[in-house]
Amino acid sequence: MDTFAQLSPRSARRHLILVGKSLDKQLPDKQRFFFDHYGVTENDLEHYLAAALSAGGDYADLYFEFLSSTSLMVDESMVKSASQGISAGCGVRVVSGERTGYAYTDDLSASRILHAARTAALIASAPAKTPVAGFQKTAARSLYPVVLPSVDAEITAKVELVMRADKAARGYDPRIQEVRASYSDELRNILVVASDGTFAEDSQPLARMNVSCIAKTEGSSARGGSGGGGRVALDFFFGDKNPEFFAKEAARQAILQLDAREAPAGDMEVVLGPGWPGVLLHEAVGHGLEADFNRKKTSAFAGLIGKRVASEKCTVIDNGTMPWRRGSLNVDDEGEPTQETVLIEKGILKGYLSDKLSARLMGISDTGNGRRESYEHIPMPRMTNTYMLAGQDNPEDIIRSVKRGIYAVNFGGGQVDITNGKFVFGASEAYMIEDGQITAPIKGATLIGNGPDVLTRVSMVGNDLKLDEGVGTCGKDGQAVPVGVGIPTIKIDRLTVGGTAKKDPGGFMQ
Amino acid sequence: MPSTQLETGSPKLETDLRELAEDIVRRAMRGGATAAECVVREGDEFSTLVRLGQVETLKESGSRSIGVRVFSGQRAASTYSSDFSPASLDRMVKSALELSKITSEDPFGGIPEASQLGSLTGDLDLYHEDVYSLPGPDRIDYARRAEKAALDFDPRIKNSEGGSFDAATGHKVLANSRGFVGEYRRSYCSVAAVPIAQTEDGAMQRDYWFSVARTLSKLESPEQVGKVAAERTLRRLGARKAKTAQVPIIFDPMVAISILEHIFEGINGDSVYRGASFLAGKLGQKIAGDNVTIVDDGTIPGGFGTSPFDGEGVPTRRTVVIERGVLSSYLLNTYTAKKLGLKTTGNASRGLAGTPGIGPGNYFLQPGTRTPKQLISEIKEGLYVTEFLGHGANLVTGDYSRGASGLWISGGEFAYPVEEITVAGNLKEMFFSISEIANDLEFRGSVASPTLRIDGLTVGGE
Repeated sequence: MDTFAQLSPRSARRHLILVGKSLDKQLPDKQRFFFDHYGVTENDLEHYLAAALSAGGDYADLYFEFLSSTSLMVDESMVKSASQGISAGCGVRVVSGERTGYAYTDDLSASRILHAARTAALIASAPAKTPVAGFQKTAARSLYPVVLPSVDAEITAKVELVMRADKAARGYDPRIQEVRASYSDELRNILVVASDGTFAEDSQPLARMNVSCIAKTEGSSARGGSGGGGRVALDFFFGDKNPEFFAKEAARQAILQLDAREAPAGDMEVVLGPGWPGVLLHEAVGHGLEADFNRKKTSAFAGLIGKRVASEKCTVIDNGTMPWRRGSLNVDDEGEPTQETVLIEKGILKGYLSDKLSARLMGISDTGNGRRESYEHIPMPRMTNTYMLAGQDNPEDIIRSVKRGIYAVNFGGGQVDITNGKFVFGASEAYMIEDGQITAPIKGATLIGNGPDVLTRVSMVGNDLKLDEGVGTCGKDGQAVPVGVGIPTIKIDRLTVGGTAKKDPGGFMQ
Repeated sequence: MPSTQLETGSPKLETDLRELAEDIVRRAMRGGATAAECVVREGDEFSTLVRLGQVETLKESGSRSIGVRVFSGQRAASTYSSDFSPASLDRMVKSALELSKITSEDPFGGIPEASQLGSLTGDLDLYHEDVYSLPGPDRIDYARRAEKAALDFDPRIKNSEGGSFDAATGHKVLANSRGFVGEYRRSYCSVAAVPIAQTEDGAMQRDYWFSVARTLSKLESPEQVGKVAAERTLRRLGARKAKTAQVPIIFDPMVAISILEHIFEGINGDSVYRGASFLAGKLGQKIAGDNVTIVDDGTIPGGFGTSPFDGEGVPTRRTVVIERGVLSSYLLNTYTAKKLGLKTTGNASRGLAGTPGIGPGNYFLQPGTRTPKQLISEIKEGLYVTEFLGHGANLVTGDYSRGASGLWISGGEFAYPVEEITVAGNLKEMFFSISEIANDLEFRGSVASPTLRIDGLTVGGE
């Protein structure tokens, strides 16, 4: 895919390492982590899987996880909070037909894992099965090689990051009165083994900075926020996506909002800017294409494969293989390599996002989208990085084509009801478009639409595909996982805008 | 206080957690901390989902975790672990002490004064073993019955996301270097159903209903839960868009809760001292109509927001937040109280790590005297909201804009379901525009509201 280079963030200068003393542990070896630290052997793993299948079942797997995290927060120019922690455990899953038994333990001793395996086994009630002999190691990939994991980098360098962000935000404009800047990172070591011979290990870094600020004038206040990161190390934040970059962006948004006027209400033309507005795709189509909802026929997209669900200008991809990206994974949480999956091609629905269970039950291929929040959770189909391919239109021409509408460039979050297809996403930075010109900024407004047909009204697609800065977290059934989104500038001919303006200056309300 | 005796089937959970928490505090003090606080949590969870009559998932497990917060003078830091091995606990304490060297001197930092610490006495009715006493097949049967009642209710209910039964128990211990040590257990069980209804043209709607209780004996019957879930789903079938208009809006109790949550977000000490809320500095001022009285009470026996002490070891209490429209108290923890020159209201909430936040106890809007039906009957044209989508409330500016669905009201009665619309306004005016509050206050969680009517909002649609 030729957009790949464009989409991968910056050049490969991740070998810049901050050498510092390790606070609490030695460098983990990605490939042997649970063997070295917890004395696990391949024999043990086979033994646990045999216990999991002791009452029958079609499939069993073990998910070992060791997570260490650090977070820092600056408020009122003081480092008010610093924390570090570790969490480790193992989840055992047994699948029998459509039934799943699950148990976990935060104690990685053999007796506790066996106890969990026997508890999960209660889902089945048949003669014992034997796991396949010998594991097939998943070929190692390296989408986010981190020589020295960020969690072990010098803590003072992280303090410097948040303090610099505080200073830059305050320095942007005297009206910036309150600033909070935070930095958090984690390193997750996982080992997945399964009765089908799966054996996969990975070491997954994740780091993020956030800046939020409040601008105040006499009689008016507004907030702004910004952030970014990915499966990167600390040095990422010393490049062009540095604390000053995020701080200025947060401050700019807060100042801009001071003068925002009321947003219009009702159906109108909407232009989405590139990048994070791709949250539209995540809500409007992404969730509805997760295989579990379609297997159960609870999604508004069920049965629409091969049908037109978008204008022919729309091609939508989910891609877990993009280096350094927040939504990327070398292997998913079932040990399957992630891949690039075409969801919608030139407007036609092509496929679903699948995990092992749905792939088997639906007779479709596993797209490597089986993900879970932690060892305490059952995996299910989830998105990775979801975006729309660039089109032919010049973004300026797109704006010029709109007589009256809104141009939304930044969003908070979104939400979808996958059964009736209705979705929302909240614009946090948006402008009026009047006679083809961007005019005044407007207050935050919710946009609402219908997933299966919103993309059929996409009439222009820009040539400026961009991915978000790395801030997305997706929630489903109470499980949170990091994801990415991206989109070029697009025009939607009609979408409902949730403003308050009683009579819009442009005069397009009843 | 509930008993300190631990009963558990798990061999590794027999350690005395109270002793452990006190020991961690001692170790932190010996290591040079000037104050320390330790929290230990353990819990068991069971959940099952039955879909179309078949068990889909069965999950059962227990876990525990420990966290420590230390102060070196007025510098704070915290660490946590799920690994209780001596080496790991040792590392946890050392890391916290190490980390506290890099944070800033904060003149308002610190744990509560000894005189503020304490715990409510007497039985708060928070823990019942019966949530775990049901044999496996009976638990599954709860889930199955809830779903079946929904599926059997009407032929248009053709599919389902399932019926579920969940049970959990939790045990929390808190100790600090001013001599506080306390613990409590809580139990919880719930039954839910999520049916899907379909019209002849294939359009689907989904809704849900649930019952939650601290004891199995107070859980509503699965049949009742399934029936209500079915009714809530069916009334959405055939939904259309509405025209953009300004009309009176009735908030169903489950969505009215969100209005209380916005007020909580605006009056908690953290938002107030930062000026991140338009309600900051409004203590003693009118912020809502005379009919609005909001109470936070962490002491109600059996309540979902009840505990004998808060996340910092301060006894919980009853606080009137808004009295007849006047903001009478913020909700505070020790830090935000000091920042504002006030006293903590015992609302500290503490996770494993980081600075304590602020959380509600049982937090509710005082009910009025009229029925929801009376409220609806007075509306010529209006909207009854049953669901919000998205999170569009900005407490800095008061701007409010959310996706919604519900029922259109015409001539005092429900006319037809509506969806894909927005509801927008500004919270500053909305709190004054709560024109009616019904008499149907009921707790299905720690925050509760009766049905209410708000005027002057804009519905966005066609």
